[in-house]
Order: sequence, then structure tokens, then C-alpha cells
Amino acid sequence: MQYLTPASFDDAVKLASQASGVTRFLAGGTDVLVQMRSDIVTPDTLIDIKKIPGVSDIIRRADGGWDIGVAVTGAEMSEHPDLPRDWPGVVEAMDLIGSTQVQGRATLTGNLCNASPAADSVPAMIAAGVTATVQGPDGTRTVAAQDIPAAPGKTTLAPGEMLTALHLPARGTGGGDAYLRFIPRTEMDIAVVGCGVNLVVEGDTITWARVALGAVAPTARLVPDAAEALIGSALDDAALARLDAAARAACNPISDKRGTIEFRTKIAGVLAKRAARIAYDRARG
Amino acid sequence: MSKLHVTTRINGDDVEFLCDPRESMLDVLRDRLGLTGAKEGCGTGDCGACSITLNGRLVCSCLMLGAEAQGQEIGTVEGIATGEQLHPLQEKFIAHAALQCGICTPGILVATKALLEKHPDPTEEQVRYWLAGNLCRCTGYDKIIRAVMETAADLREAS
Repeated sequence: MQYLTPASFDDAVKLASQASGVTRFLAGGTDVLVQMRSDIVTPDTLIDIKKIPGVSDIIRRADGGWDIGVAVTGAEMSEHPDLPRDWPGVVEAMDLIGSTQVQGRATLTGNLCNASPAADSVPAMIAAGVTATVQGPDGTRTVAAQDIPAAPGKTTLAPGEMLTALHLPARGTGGGDAYLRFIPRTEMDIAVVGCGVNLVVEGDTITWARVALGAVAPTARLVPDAAEALIGSALDDAALARLDAAARAACNPISDKRGTIEFRTKIAGVLAKRAARIAYDRARG
Repeated sequence: MSKLHVTTRINGDDVEFLCDPRESMLDVLRDRLGLTGAKEGCGTGDCGACSITLNGRLVCSCLMLGAEAQGQEIGTVEGIATGEQLHPLQEKFIAHAALQCGICTPGILVATKALLEKHPDPTEEQVRYWLAGNLCRCTGYDKIIRAVMETAADLREAS
């Protein structure tokens, strides 16, 4: 295996495009190194992106949104003085991943590109409307977070393409987001179901919403019907019942050791309602 | 396969080593540098027995390549005591019998030292969440938590 440390995204893309065999990008390594050790993935070329300037930066843009560098760790997001105030759901979702040790290394970008359907940060990112800048041999493009994972462990990125930053939109006024997952323990586990809710209120009325579910389909998914159930309501019981039904209808899970199809489907509705209540409270300040 | 030449700092000392690009930092510490304090439990970042600090931040050395240590600052359990003088955490672990087989202890000492540097006055809940990634199959954790809480109180009084 070749271990490379390019000093720019241009060089990284060039190296990845020219490499033959299996190529992996290394950020925090909390998935890649486990896969290497378990012989699930044996890279011929490992491109460590942490020497590229700016990859560990969290920057507030002029429009009020945020650019998150591809090597920014969960701990760095949680410790940031302002980011958790704007996007508590995204930061909490990232913070749920693994232990203190894992938080010191794991990245938001890595969680997205590992393409696990149960990735905690991904429903929160989808609900928040996160986009990624993708750079490849043919230039750069902007891709919505929900369009990066293609299937468990697979992304839509072409060979030689890589993420160079993640972008959170401006929070604006009257907005709030939340992420909840179900696990049978209190810590250090993989989501049986995860749900991210992001909404905007005017007074008590929800004027805009996005809802995303994780671990109930091959990829985390945006659920437009669940958002529709919320918009125009003051989160009354009827709206919550519509949200519950829409979340359950969006599920296409598998039964495995973590939960059955029936359980996951029921829990998706429960978590959607609970996350919506938290997001609603946050949005109203 | 050609080996990588890595220059780093470990416990304040300049260190250089040669390693295979696939080699974990844990393997480098144990097999190339003779620093066998960090233990391999799971090798996949779940148990915390291999905990070290990387630029002051707690990480699993099994989830880091030796090559990634280039130019960085590493801290291991071997750097916790000052010569023969044990760190207060180490003293309290002995006083409370907060270890039995001892495999998890180096990782827990590194982890709790990092905790107290960041949070000198932690709640018990904070200590327990901080240590969620350090598995101990002997003590049931209570003695570990007591040792950490008492050390924190002593260090606050001393400072």
C-alpha cells in the first residue's frame, strides 16, 4: 500500500485519478482503518488528506452559513463556540458517534462518505440541507448530502472524485433542528433508527420543514411527505399524527439483529414526533 | 515494501522510526519503540485499551497509522509518571484498587488524565460518558469512577 499526503486538493485528485487498484481517502480513519484491519477493504493507495491547508477549519460564511472542512472532527464541532447554537441537531448527531476517542478523530465528511444507512450525522445533515463540494478530474460540482450515499458502503462519487468541504446553510431566524436515534444502550451503539428534523416557524406556525430518516432504507432518505405534514401547523396532535404516518410510510427497512422491520417502522414515527417537538421548541427559542 | 521514515515527539522526546505504511500507531509503539503500556484489546476502536493523546486529544492508537504521527505530538501512559513519582491518578487507582487484571488501566489513565485537563471539576456522569470508550471487564467501573472523582477533588485543592 502506498501512503500519500498531498498538500492540495488538486494534487489529491490527480493522485486518486492516476492510482490503480483500490484507493481510499484517509481523514479520521475511524472507518477506513477498521475496514483495513478486518480485511474488508485493502487499499493499494491511501491518500491522507489532513495535510491539505484548511481541512480542519470551521468557517462562518458571509451569508451566515457554515463551511466545514473535510477533516474537522466531531470534538471540534462540539467545542466550537457558535456552530452548536446554529445547528444543534447536526452537532448532536455527530457527537453521538462512538466514544471520546472516536470523537477526536471521526469526521462529518467521513460519516457521509462511509455511506452507512445508520450513520448518525447523515439524517441530520440531510434535514439541515447540507451540500458538499465535490472535486474531480473534470472540475467541481455541488451535491446535496442525500445524493452522496448510493447504497450501504457505496457512494455516487466517480473514481478520482473527493469531497473538499461541507456547507451548512444560514440558520436565519425562527429555525431549529434536532436529531434523535434509538439504540438499546445509552452510548457506543449503532442507530436502529435515526431521525433528523429541521424547521422554521413564524410565531407558532411551522412555515418550512425538512425531515430525514436513517437506518430504515439502504440509504438515509429525505421524507418530503413528513415535512408536508408539519408545514402550516402549530405542531398540534393532528400534525403529529400525520408526521407519524408519513415517517412510517417512508420506511423500507430490513430485519436484522438490531431490529425488525415492524419495530424500525414504528420507531421511525415515534422518533420523528419527538425530534419535531425538540426542533419546534428550539425554533421558537 | 519500502518503509516510511517518521519523525515525531512522544512524551516530550524526539523520536524517529521506520514503519510499514499499513502499520498502526499502536503496533509502532509496542513493537518498534518498546512502549508496551498501550494494549491491544479489540484493534477496532471499541475498547480504548490503546488510548494515547495526539496533540493533546484522546485517540485510539489502533485507529491511527504510525505514518500519521509525522510531525505530531504523542502522549502515552509511559509519560504520565515523573520518574519514580506516580501521577495522582495512578496513586488513587492503587489506593482504590481500581484495577484487577490491568489490561484496560493504561488506556483509562490516559483517558482520565485528558479528561481532568479539560474538565477539572467533572460530574460523575461526565466521567462515565467520557469513559464510554474504555472497557473494563473486571472492576465494574465504580472503583475507577471513585478514584477519578477523588483525584479531581485533590488536584483542585492543590491548585
